[in-house]
Amino acid sequence: MSRPGEWTRVRAILWKDLVTEWRTRTSFNAAAFLAALIVLLFGFALGPDRVTAGAVSAGVVWMTLLFAGVLTFNRAWEREIENGALEALVLYPGDVRSIFVGKVLANVVFLLAVGALVIVVAGILYGLPVREAGPLLVVVFVLGIVGFVTLGTFYAAMASRLRAREVLLPLLLFPMLVPLLLAAVEATAALLTGDLLGNAPQWIRLLIVFDVVFAVATYFAFEFVIEE
Amino acid sequence: MSAPHEPALALEGIARRFGRRWVLRGVDFTVARGSVVALCGRNGSGKTTLLRIISTALTATRGTGRAFGLDLARDRGAVRPLVGMLAHHAGLYDDLTASENLAFSLRMNGERTEPARVAQALEETGLRHDANESVRGFSAGMRRRLALARLLLRPPALLLLDEPYASFDMDGITLVNAFAARIAQKGGAVLVATHDVARGAAVLQRAVLLESGRLVPMDLAAALAAPAAINGDG
Repeated sequence: MSRPGEWTRVRAILWKDLVTEWRTRTSFNAAAFLAALIVLLFGFALGPDRVTAGAVSAGVVWMTLLFAGVLTFNRAWEREIENGALEALVLYPGDVRSIFVGKVLANVVFLLAVGALVIVVAGILYGLPVREAGPLLVVVFVLGIVGFVTLGTFYAAMASRLRAREVLLPLLLFPMLVPLLLAAVEATAALLTGDLLGNAPQWIRLLIVFDVVFAVATYFAFEFVIEE
Repeated sequence: MSAPHEPALALEGIARRFGRRWVLRGVDFTVARGSVVALCGRNGSGKTTLLRIISTALTATRGTGRAFGLDLARDRGAVRPLVGMLAHHAGLYDDLTASENLAFSLRMNGERTEPARVAQALEETGLRHDANESVRGFSAGMRRRLALARLLLRPPALLLLDEPYASFDMDGITLVNAFAARIAQKGGAVLVATHDVARGAAVLQRAVLLESGRLVPMDLAAALAAPAAINGDG
């Protein structure tokens, strides 16, 4: 993305995705409703014991985000496939990777909004000490979501031209997310339990490493995925 | 258009396979600068596939192609700014307005949004009064006009028109032909995939027929006189 004008293209994609989503709210409503429902159902499944719920809450929160994210990623590319817009996008002069960067940024915004909702609902239902966890919890969420979105947007682009993309995306994506999910869950759990052992910073550093690796790998591989 | 002696388009042995089916079996074809050429053939004869290969949306399974001397596969990044395509699917966003779609297109070209250029393109395509309407409510003809307006924002040197006369009223057809003539006059070239050469008679200079995956020359005057020949029936 060294050409002048590539950031204009990134901003154009970001603007277009946010404006269309704001007008239709199809992705956000579906993802937010699903996320709230999963958290609620886990609440029923785990029962009224707040100790049990608190112990597994970090895993529940991140698994909920994973399912909500898959909806978001699929929808992000479906919007382009409708009316042949994806081909038109690819044929614009310029680096096709700017499309990817714009999509990732838009998806990060969506999932941060969904993540905020999930943590609020989970905080109320499971009695999580969200305020006490403080700004570090926000850092963990942002880092986890950035890594998740980068990989999810990439695999959704890969699956976008396939007929069974809704089924294929989680099958391709989830195994690749295991290390990131582990780091995000451990960091969140450490912060929600007061981080008595001081483990959170290690997991946060690992999250940063995963984010960088995913961002670099997907950025350079995107061209081979999107070009027919 | 860096090599002035090179033709607008030169294809050699272009072949394309989808699964086991060969749609194109070796297309050899040259389009000179300043010309408007009709590409005819039956449904499923591979006209759209050929246009997509020229636009660099698809790669050929075999063969080479050059646009203004640039290799379609190797120099894809350099070819794209030179080529514009009016495709079957307009590639528009239903939840944006007509002017927002054009503004988006300008920015995707790496340019700044210029409301005056957007307004002029909408004016030229007869969509000025629909500038702030959501594309979702547009008819097929209006969508095609808007897709044409997008090309007007950045006129290509090689214009590819896929069934351009479908969905257009007479005004729209005149608009498409005038745009094609303008591109040719400026030293570019236009390739028109159509079943309806009569509607392009005002601008078409020659015609070729895509048959069994290969191109064969076609007598344009005869095609205009006997429309059945256009679809490979006669």
